[in-house]
Amino acid sequence: MKQAIRATELAALVPDGATVMIGGFMGVGSPERLIDALVTCGRRGLTVIANDSAVPGVGVGKLVTAGAVVRLVASHIGLNPETQARMNAGEIAVELVPQGTLVERIRAAGVGLGGVLTPTGLGTPVEDGKPVIEVEGRRYLLETPLRADVALIAARRADYVGNLEYFLTAQNFNPVMAMAAKLVIAEPEHIVPVGVIPPDAVRTPGALVDHVLGRAT
Amino acid sequence: MTDAREVIARRVAAEIRPGTLVNLGIGLPSLVANYIPADFGVFFQAENGVIGMGARPPEGMQDPDLTDAGGGFITAVPGAAAIDSAMSFGLIRGGHIDVTVLGGLEVDERGRLANWMIPGKMVPGMGGAMDLVTGARRVIVAMTHTNKDRPKIVARTELPLTSARPVDLIVTEMAVLAPTPDGLRLLEVAPGHDAAQVRRATGAALSD
Repeated sequence: MKQAIRATELAALVPDGATVMIGGFMGVGSPERLIDALVTCGRRGLTVIANDSAVPGVGVGKLVTAGAVVRLVASHIGLNPETQARMNAGEIAVELVPQGTLVERIRAAGVGLGGVLTPTGLGTPVEDGKPVIEVEGRRYLLETPLRADVALIAARRADYVGNLEYFLTAQNFNPVMAMAAKLVIAEPEHIVPVGVIPPDAVRTPGALVDHVLGRAT
Repeated sequence: MTDAREVIARRVAAEIRPGTLVNLGIGLPSLVANYIPADFGVFFQAENGVIGMGARPPEGMQDPDLTDAGGGFITAVPGAAAIDSAMSFGLIRGGHIDVTVLGGLEVDERGRLANWMIPGKMVPGMGGAMDLVTGARRVIVAMTHTNKDRPKIVARTELPLTSARPVDLIVTEMAVLAPTPDGLRLLEVAPGHDAAQVRRATGAALSD
């Protein structure tokens, strides 16, 4: 049984300088209330691992605008001009990672693998400085695991033990990130009694979830 | 004169076989879907997590949790599947996508695509493009032949590549080109153009 926690309390669990994974794809499936709480309490120095920085005012974009992010690991920043501007001004260090590599690096951390071998990025700037390993006559880049202090997860529904269910394209990075951080905080749209989410529909078992954000009051 | 983007999208659509799984990039490539018959049995994948992407929903009926890779509202066709990013890119990298159609900044004489950054000017990031070009079974580049009269098909590109793997086909409003081990081949010239015009607008040698 998880206890529902308020956004203000959750923000206190994410200290300045933390590495934070944030689910979402262009803000779809992003934990907006948790992000708002981080902005409100004035967090600084965060390393954010996310697919993209959305657009200003949405998802990770809010943290960028608030000056909370010093390092961003993402596959795409092109639709948020503020990220580009802050990168050019030296305020945010951006590591661009191919999207499929990003999700597998996160997954590797979550499932106890020492990295992944991928052909993506060979012969491009992504290859720079990385070992190239040949397996069965094919060349691959060695990509290392990405882990975080905290993962902020958006879900459609959570039950009282923290089982999570996702909806349509709001899944994206959420179920993978929920395995790759020391502390996992879920922001469900609805909280339902145990049993309402059928076992086959549970995508993130409650055993992985540390806290569930309570209903907005 | 017909819009160049429409000419390109219609020609690319003719490459799409029935019953295939197809990923369309955002922008010009996404227009290809307009020219694929609904009863063709083609499923469109959007890499943010859906197989069976459908047309835009009616006004007021949009679901904030059902979008394409550009963040635009979509519908899902009967038989659609919602997937997470690991499955989505497993499909892409693992060779399960039959065709991907992507836009391009430049393509070099070996057929290698550059489409994700212009150093010092534009650094949007590669998103899913590197995985798509590396892993899809067939890669089609859909782009205008030139950018303000500057050739986009060039002998050598100064831009960072998207993948070392050559693409399979290049479709522009002027021509259809295919990379071969001996360089680029001019397969078709679009109506209203001739081969000499195509060659003048191209920065690399084209064989017949």
